[in-house]
Amino acid sequence: MKKWVFTAAMMAAAPLTAMASSAAPAAEGAIHDHTEGWNNLWGHLVLDLGAIGVVFGLISIYMLVSFVRKSENEEGSLPGLSLGGSLAWTLVPVFVFLADDMYLAANGFKLWINQRTVPVNAREVKLTAMMYNWEFDYGNGVVAEADANGRPQLFVPQGQPVVLRMHSEDVVHSFFLPDYRVKEDVMPGRITYEWFLPKQIGENVLTCTEYCGVGHSNMFGKVKVIPAAKFEEMILAKSGAATPAPAAPAEGAAPAAPAAEGAAAPAAPAAGK
Amino acid sequence: MKDWIFSTDHKRIGILYLVGSIAAFAVAGIMALLIRLEQSGLGPTITSDATNYNVWLYFHGAAMILAFLIPGLTGFLANYLIPIMIGAHDVAFPRINSFSVWLFWFAIVLALLTFVIPDPPDVMWTGYPPYSVQTAGNTSFYVFTVHLMGFSSILGAVNFLCTVIYMRAPGLGWNQLNIFVWTVLGAFVLQLIFIPVLAAAVTLVLFDKYFGTAFFAPAQGGDVLLYQNLFWFYSHPAVYVILLPAIGTILEILSTMSRNPIFNYKTCVYGGVWGTVVLGSDVWAHHLYVSGLVDWLRIGMMMTTIIISIPVGLLVLTMVGTLYKGSIQYNTPMLYAASELFLILAGGLTGIPLSMTSMTLHLSETYFVMAHFHYIMGIMATFAVFAGVYFWFPLMTGRMYNETLGKLGFLLNFIGVNVTFAPLMWIGVEGMPRRYFDYAMFPQFEGAMKIATVGALIIALGMAITIITWIHGAIAGEKAPHNPWGSKSLEWTHTVYPPGAGNFPTPPTVSADWSPYNYGKHTAHTI
Ligand code: HEM
Ligand SMILES: [Cu+2]
Ligand SMILES: [Cu+2]
Repeated sequence: MKKWVFTAAMMAAAPLTAMASSAAPAAEGAIHDHTEGWNNLWGHLVLDLGAIGVVFGLISIYMLVSFVRKSENEEGSLPGLSLGGSLAWTLVPVFVFLADDMYLAANGFKLWINQRTVPVNAREVKLTAMMYNWEFDYGNGVVAEADANGRPQLFVPQGQPVVLRMHSEDVVHSFFLPDYRVKEDVMPGRITYEWFLPKQIGENVLTCTEYCGVGHSNMFGKVKVIPAAKFEEMILAKSGAATPAPAAPAEGAAPAAPAAEGAAAPAAPAAGK
Repeated sequence: MKDWIFSTDHKRIGILYLVGSIAAFAVAGIMALLIRLEQSGLGPTITSDATNYNVWLYFHGAAMILAFLIPGLTGFLANYLIPIMIGAHDVAFPRINSFSVWLFWFAIVLALLTFVIPDPPDVMWTGYPPYSVQTAGNTSFYVFTVHLMGFSSILGAVNFLCTVIYMRAPGLGWNQLNIFVWTVLGAFVLQLIFIPVLAAAVTLVLFDKYFGTAFFAPAQGGDVLLYQNLFWFYSHPAVYVILLPAIGTILEILSTMSRNPIFNYKTCVYGGVWGTVVLGSDVWAHHLYVSGLVDWLRIGMMMTTIIISIPVGLLVLTMVGTLYKGSIQYNTPMLYAASELFLILAGGLTGIPLSMTSMTLHLSETYFVMAHFHYIMGIMATFAVFAGVYFWFPLMTGRMYNETLGKLGFLLNFIGVNVTFAPLMWIGVEGMPRRYFDYAMFPQFEGAMKIATVGALIIALGMAITIITWIHGAIAGEKAPHNPWGSKSLEWTHTVYPPGAGNFPTPPTVSADWSPYNYGKHTAHTI
């Protein structure tokens, strides 16, 4: 009898997981916002993994409380497994795990493609990292100024995707935007990229997540999302003030890097190896 | 004294490993406490110099992994138990064994110099260049510590592989081995293959920093990512070097205390242990999901990483199944072993989001990762070592520890780790980065940080009680009865406690029916 309860409980893990999965359909229509995609998939995972966790947790508790030793010399009576039983107890769980794994991998892959494909209308900003600061360059000599406290700030237009082309002058840093669910390492010798879609007017934290020395936790600042019109105005005003544009393709501050990785087309991954 | 220094007896060497690794654990634990105290409030609290914090964190991580868990599991437990479990009088090369324990001790002394030299290493246990090359800290102490530990481990690996292959008791077949022996074999195969890669990586850092080479300096044609690939090529397998023997230890205890054989033994060994070894060497790039690595490699490693949940799942299934219809006795080692079911669940399930490239884009380098690896590796394996010390305490000392004290220590430790790491996991999901001296950009996390600090204080109390329990038991415990747990394994049935020179009064031979798990009506053929 107990054997059947046990078997049934183990098997229940499979449909439960599937149910949990179908309960939260992946976000369609939000193709150009991987932040929302991340939040959806996370909710999805919490359900899926929560279901597995609850099932296994309950089975463990059941085992731990119902088979307590009753007399000094009692021994356990685990039934022996025939070859068939042994194979079934291997292949069925393998199949269940694999099915869930593939399901998650497929969803993860879909989001990943979204995260790594920069929309064609993305605004490009050049990011330079150094111990212990970030610099943002909009082209034509326009750079974002630090705020009153000397903290870096990244101005971005509401509603337009922004792609950062990043490199570091010294050690490895990592540019993290917690609210947008994205980060990527920034290092010397390579150009890396990340993009995000600023949707709401306001401020978001930007900070460093690759250990870079004594000032590591002090490398933070703000993303400032402002109305698109105001943003263009700001850029225009600043580029008017700046000296006449240095020839566009010259890439003034290109890193002292293997040249091949320099100015990639906006949508191409720059991380060649 | 001389008896210990020149001893080539695997049991004494095992004890030397235990003492060294617990010493490292204590110091690294104090560092953990300092880390938690520093973060208990916004802004500087117990130090105003971030470099101090970074040095504590460097020592905590490096020592916990290299000087506590790996030597605690593959040095102490493997040394003490494997020859006895397979019915051998010692290891294959006893003098080399003695050499490797002293290499380990030298490495510990070298690591401790961190606290007296004027420019201690602050490179974190990962030692990434270019920072590790550019820092004013003395990276060479990190490099030489890794060299010594690694050399010691490679010697141990060769020694134990030879011992198990050639020195099993007459009649002892592969499918009659203790599960712990299998897990250690898996761990040593990984050590043997991958340590040289780590040694090469850190040596190149040494060359870059002190001899002016440019392996990792892009301005002169080097490559930053090369190091990260080499480092994780070893250091991911290293987590299985820790995980496998820890699970092996837990399975021995679950089986003995419930007087049941290992559930689905062959699947556990050939699917779980060896599946983990094979797949475990092909997942390193999951530590490089946000490193700027080529996209196709990130996707490939996402697949292998997700798939590794299968062998690990089989191991967990064996842990749970071994209890079915058992006759469970609750004592201190069993409490630790039972709690592992939940720690592995928490640690394992949080690993699944981290295996997905897309999820990791947000989660990597946050406190979510930190809490994940503490559950699955830090705490899980630490509890396994503790459970092992309690379980084999009567064997090693000939005395019993005090059950009440042991259970009290367990309770505090178990509550403490959850009070510490659950809040940290939560703020990790919210975006709190790890390795932060201060968190001025996230003032809203101060409450969670305070709770976690209280948790760390509870752990400190639990650890203190645990160590007192051991010392008290070893000096003043009651005399251990023969085979106190009713085990069928050779180390309990064929020895006196503690075993003398040569281990067995009469060297054992085993029949084809014998197994260390002959509980109930089982023989080697029905397990
Ligand atoms: C016993 C209680 C423990 C506490 C309270 C604790 C606490 C912490 C904390 C708070 C951090 C992260 C700090 C930061 O990122 O700023 C950390 C890092 C770490 N801990 Fe622990 N820890 C404990 C035990 C262990 C154990 C047993 C291990 C064994 C593997 C371990 C291994 C590590 C590692 C590898 C790191 C990463 C260090 C780095 O970032 O370089 N810890 N610990
Ligand atoms: Cu940093
Ligand atoms: Cu890994």
